Amino acid sequence: MTSDGRALVVVDEPRVNHAAAAAAFNADEPRVDWHDQALWFVREKRDRAAASVPEWEALRDRASAIKEHTLSHLDQYLVQFEARAMANGVHVHWATDAAEHNRIVLEILRAKGATRVVKSKSMLTEECHLNPFLHASGIEVIDTDLGERIVQLRKETPSHIVLPAIHLKKEEVGETFHEHLGTPRGLADPVALTAAARVHLRAHFLAADAALTGVNFAIAETGGFVVCTNEGNADLGAALAPVHIASMGIEKLIPRVADLPVFLRLLARSATGQPVTVYTSHVHGAEPGRDVHVILVDNGRTTQLGREDFWRSLKCIRCGACMNTCPVYRRSGGHSYGATVPGPIGAVLTPGIDLKKYASLPFASTLCGSCTAVCPVKIDLDAQLYKWRQHVGDAGLVAKKKAFAMRAVARMLARPALFRRVGALARITGRRLPARIARTLSGAWGTTRTLPDLPSESFTAWYRRNRPNGAPR
Amino acid sequence: MRIALFAPCFVDQLYPRVAIAALRVLERLGVRAEVPDAAVCCGQPPANAGFGHDADAVLDRFIRTFSPYDRVIVISGSCALHARNHAPSRGDAGVHVAAAVTEFCGFLHDEVGVERLGALGARDTRRVATHIGCHGLRGLGLAQPSELQLPPFDKVRAVLSAVQGVTFAPLARRDECCGFGGTFSVDESAVSSKMGRDRLRDYAAGAADVVVSTDVSCMMHMTGVSRARGETLPFVHVAEFLDGAAS
Repeated sequence: MTSDGRALVVVDEPRVNHAAAAAAFNADEPRVDWHDQALWFVREKRDRAAASVPEWEALRDRASAIKEHTLSHLDQYLVQFEARAMANGVHVHWATDAAEHNRIVLEILRAKGATRVVKSKSMLTEECHLNPFLHASGIEVIDTDLGERIVQLRKETPSHIVLPAIHLKKEEVGETFHEHLGTPRGLADPVALTAAARVHLRAHFLAADAALTGVNFAIAETGGFVVCTNEGNADLGAALAPVHIASMGIEKLIPRVADLPVFLRLLARSATGQPVTVYTSHVHGAEPGRDVHVILVDNGRTTQLGREDFWRSLKCIRCGACMNTCPVYRRSGGHSYGATVPGPIGAVLTPGIDLKKYASLPFASTLCGSCTAVCPVKIDLDAQLYKWRQHVGDAGLVAKKKAFAMRAVARMLARPALFRRVGALARITGRRLPARIARTLSGAWGTTRTLPDLPSESFTAWYRRNRPNGAPR
Repeated sequence: MRIALFAPCFVDQLYPRVAIAALRVLERLGVRAEVPDAAVCCGQPPANAGFGHDADAVLDRFIRTFSPYDRVIVISGSCALHARNHAPSRGDAGVHVAAAVTEFCGFLHDEVGVERLGALGARDTRRVATHIGCHGLRGLGLAQPSELQLPPFDKVRAVLSAVQGVTFAPLARRDECCGFGGTFSVDESAVSSKMGRDRLRDYAAGAADVVVSTDVSCMMHMTGVSRARGETLPFVHVAEFLDGAAS
């Protein structure tokens, strides 16, 4: 149970051990440096793009306010969106969870006899594990976002929500393309590899029976929705195939068209440092003879919305800026989080789905707060990470040894005389130990660090000796 | 105004030299600060590890000890921010103490005033890399964080600029976290250490002679990483730098 009384679903699955995965990632330090610098490059590009907008901070305030308002009136806006979308001739479906979402997609495809599907980037369909579900049902799904296609060919998951293959070097992409697309062995030129992917994907676009896309923003006022891509793959898929299925989390709503520019100005600049995404496509209905479906997916979102400590996490517009800026993400890689959405926002969203499995994620942070400061919709990520830690502690999910130690430390820190006696004893003992042994005894600290030189007396003792009458008057 | 100086638990036990320097600097500036010894910690270490309820007794003792004071100068931005964020949930005394806590460098800048720091007569010609702990930076506003698109300011540099002859090392990532993070440093030792090494590389690239930090915990971590690699770059707290430059 969380402190607000809501039962958390506890699934009996192996727990994600972020620290272990991060340590494995760090076995190759040059690669960590490369990963860190690739993402820092994006962060710096974001800084320059943000600096070019004089009213940047006002935009963040506005975006945050719009999202908080929308989430506070989500029931009304969802119903309004549904009515307007239906009036536009769009089919609207509601899915309580991932299974229902996947079933709806399959039903739509079956009704049309569709077996070949192209899909543009959608973290929601990753969250719902749609691809394996459709494959098992005999449907071919081709991811058409270049990064997603690369990880799909490699049977991996995206390591970043905007840059799905950021963990891969161009040489590795070259190997993958050589194996699957028949490019020459050793080809690692990004332009040539992209051209090969274009040819490969073009055939799938032309043959597709249906196009799946995500949704960046849905507008309650008009019943329209907006999909942002840099590659035009969502547009190409949706324009060519007779059926367009757009899957969206219910938090993607904004009230009015007039609200849209606030987010469009923030999204691309925060995500990649571009002034705007290359393609920003507005869908307001179906052409004659074609079908457009929107699936509104809950999958735990209303539960998160009901959590006093965490509902603001639903403001997220999935720009990925918190990942690019996170010093831990940059040095642990997206896969270390073992979740669909990695990084700070993933560590805030995912424990709400399965606290036990993802108990290590809120601790994959120094609470430095860079994520909160970079977030275009001002989600207080570091404060929410701190709160999840409390839920993890309260639920008894901290390792027994650590929990025992932390409670003992807390008891000692509440008793100054005891603390000072223990401190003096530890300093006396420590000063007598050879440095190497003391370092070994310090465990994980000492593996990469020396211990501080231990002083002969504490500040309190020094003060009593040197300022016996307290502060000079 | 009744002022207290607070040396957090690990500063009291492991870094008395920093607290002594802070006291000496305050005394030289004519700031009369008392050092009550009825509290040793704000409760942050267990609280950040997920044991906030267990840490309440620690925080309550902190609040009781410092509620008679108008200002509590904490020799750590991180501890000051923890008290500021969490003390208000412990009642009226907590609300008062949360408003009273400040961090050493911020106190010098905001309440003593940079112009009065010249009285220290401090001189040091070393090239300084500054390290502002993340909580002091983004939580207490010691400098403008690089993420925000607002006019720049840096209270730490302003304070250190009172030292004659001081120059600053340019840094590629001026406010990247050092990787300490409390229990993070041992729970996530690999990433924590890597973050520390990366800061050291930035300091070396900036040809820094000394790293001056607002937070002793960051210093302890980075010194440990540095010494384990056989390096000798000195790490000192702002108070030590000012005190040393003044003597």
